[in-house]
Amino acid sequence: MIRISKVQKAFGSVVVLKGIDLTIEKGELVCLIGASGSGKSTLLQCINGLEPIQGGEILVDGISVHDPKTDINKLRRKLGIVFQQYNAFPHLTALENVALAPRVVAKRSRAVARALAQKHLEHVGLGDKGDSLPSQLSGGQQQRLAIARALAMEPSYMLFDEVTSALDPELVGEVLETMRLLRSEGMTMVVVTHDINFARESADRVAFLCQGEVCEIGTAKEVIDNPRNEQTQKFLRRENRKPLEIVRSSVA
Amino acid sequence: MNGYQFYWSIVWDSLPLLLAGAWVTIQITILAFIIGTLIAMPMAVARQQGEGWAYRFSTLWVELSRNTPAVFQLYLFYFGLGAFHINIPSYAAVLISVSFNNAGYMTEIFRGGLAAIPRQQLSASRSLGMTSPQSFIHVIFPQMFKVIFLAYVTQGIWGMLNTSLGMLVGLQELSGATQYAQSASFRTFEFFLVTALIYYLIAKGLQFSSQLAFRLMYRS
Ligand SMILES: Nc1ncnc2c1ncn2[C@@H]1O[C@H](COP(=O)(O)OP(=O)(O)OP(=O)(O)O)[C@@H](O)[C@H]1O
Ligand SMILES: [Mg+2]
Repeated sequence: MIRISKVQKAFGSVVVLKGIDLTIEKGELVCLIGASGSGKSTLLQCINGLEPIQGGEILVDGISVHDPKTDINKLRRKLGIVFQQYNAFPHLTALENVALAPRVVAKRSRAVARALAQKHLEHVGLGDKGDSLPSQLSGGQQQRLAIARALAMEPSYMLFDEVTSALDPELVGEVLETMRLLRSEGMTMVVVTHDINFARESADRVAFLCQGEVCEIGTAKEVIDNPRNEQTQKFLRRENRKPLEIVRSSVA
Repeated sequence: MNGYQFYWSIVWDSLPLLLAGAWVTIQITILAFIIGTLIAMPMAVARQQGEGWAYRFSTLWVELSRNTPAVFQLYLFYFGLGAFHINIPSYAAVLISVSFNNAGYMTEIFRGGLAAIPRQQLSASRSLGMTSPQSFIHVIFPQMFKVIFLAYVTQGIWGMLNTSLGMLVGLQELSGATQYAQSASFRTFEFFLVTALIYYLIAKGLQFSSQLAFRLMYRS
C-alpha cells in the first residue's frame, strides 16, 4: 500500500503540492489526471524519493520514503517508474539496459541477470530485440523497453508518467497493450495520463489534481462520467474538446 | 656547400639508453593518464554541482593547473616540497605534476561531456535503485567518455609531452636520456631528431590503441 498524507512540495517559492492525501491499495490501478503544471509528475517523483518534500509523509508498505534513516535505494526496488521521455541508456543494448540494475543493484550474477532480462523483454514483446541499441528501436519499443527495465527489479508498484505522450499516435496502442497486460496480472499501478479513454476503461479509481490538491477522487464512472467538482468538469470539457480541435485545425 | 654532416652512428650506439628513457616516458604517461582520469571524474561531478566545498576544491585545482606553467607545477612538487624537507624522487615528482596537470584539464573536458548528458539519465538510473556512484559508473560516465573522447586522448598525449620536463629535474625519461647522451658527443641535432621521432611514434601508438579501445567499447 502507498499512503500519501498531507504532502507538501515547493520549488523555491513556487508551491506545487499543497497537501496531497491519497492511498493506493495493493492490486489497484489509480489514474492521476489534471491540467498541465498541476503537479502530477512531481507527485510521482516524490513517491519514489527522486524529489524531496517539505511536509507530510509518504509510506510505501509502511516505510517512510523521505525519512533519512530509510535505505531509499532498497525501497526504490519496490517502485518501478517509467517516464514520458523513454530514457533508455543509449550506450547499452536492450538486453543490457534491462540486465543492468539486477546485476548492479540486486547483485545477481551476469548470467542470471541476462536470463531475467530476456524474460522481461519477452514479457513486453521485445524478445527478439535484445541485441538492438535503443537508437535502433521505435519510440513505442523504447517505451516498452523502459517498462521491461523497471519490471526486472520485480517491483510491487509501477508508476507511469504520461508514457504515451511523446509517441506517434500509431505507437500508442502497443504501449497501452503492455500496460493492460500488467494490469491483468495484478500489478499495482499509478498512472498519470491525459488519455481519458484509458482512464475510463482501466482505472479502478481516478484522482483529479488541481491547485496542488486532490480535488476529486472516485471510480472512473464517478469522476469522468459524472464529475461533481466544478474544476473537474471544466478540465474534462477541455480534454474532450481536444480531438475536435485537432480535426478543425487540420481541416482549416 | 658547407652542409651539416650527419653522424648517425653515435645515436645508434646510444639507442638502448634512449629506449630505456622512452620506457620511463611511457610508464609515466600511462600512470598520469590513469591517475588524472580517476581524480578528474569526481572533480567534474563536483564542478557541475556549482556549490559546496567539493566544488570550491576542484575549481581551485582547475584554476591552478590550467593557468600556471607546467614547469612551475613540477618545480613546486620537486623543490617546493623539498623546502619542507619532504624529498621525493624525480620520478615521483614528474608523475605527480603531470597527473596534477592532467586532472585539471580533464576535469574541464569531462564537465563539458557531462553537460551533454540529459538530466533524466540520472533520474532513470537512480529510480532503478542504483546509488549515485553506481549511476555515474554504469550510466553517466560511459556516455560522457563517448562524447569527449577526442579531447580526452589529446590531453593524454599532451601529458606525455609534459613528461619531457623531467629533464629539468634529472630524470632519465626520453628527453633526459637524450640530453645525457648528446652531452658527451655534442651531436645535438641528430639526437633530438631521433628523440622527436620516438615521441611521435609513442603519440601515434597511444592514439591508435585508444581508438581501438573506443571501437571495442562502443561497438562503432
Ligand atoms: N525541477 C523543477 N524546478 C522548478 N520548478 C519545477 C520543477 N519541476 C516542476 N516544476 C514546476 O512545478 C509545477 C508542476 O510541474 P509538474 O511537472 O509536476 O506538472 P504536471 O502536472 O506533470 O504537468 P504536465 O501535464 O505538463 O506534465 C510546474 O509549475 C512546474 O513548472
Ligand atoms: Mg508531467
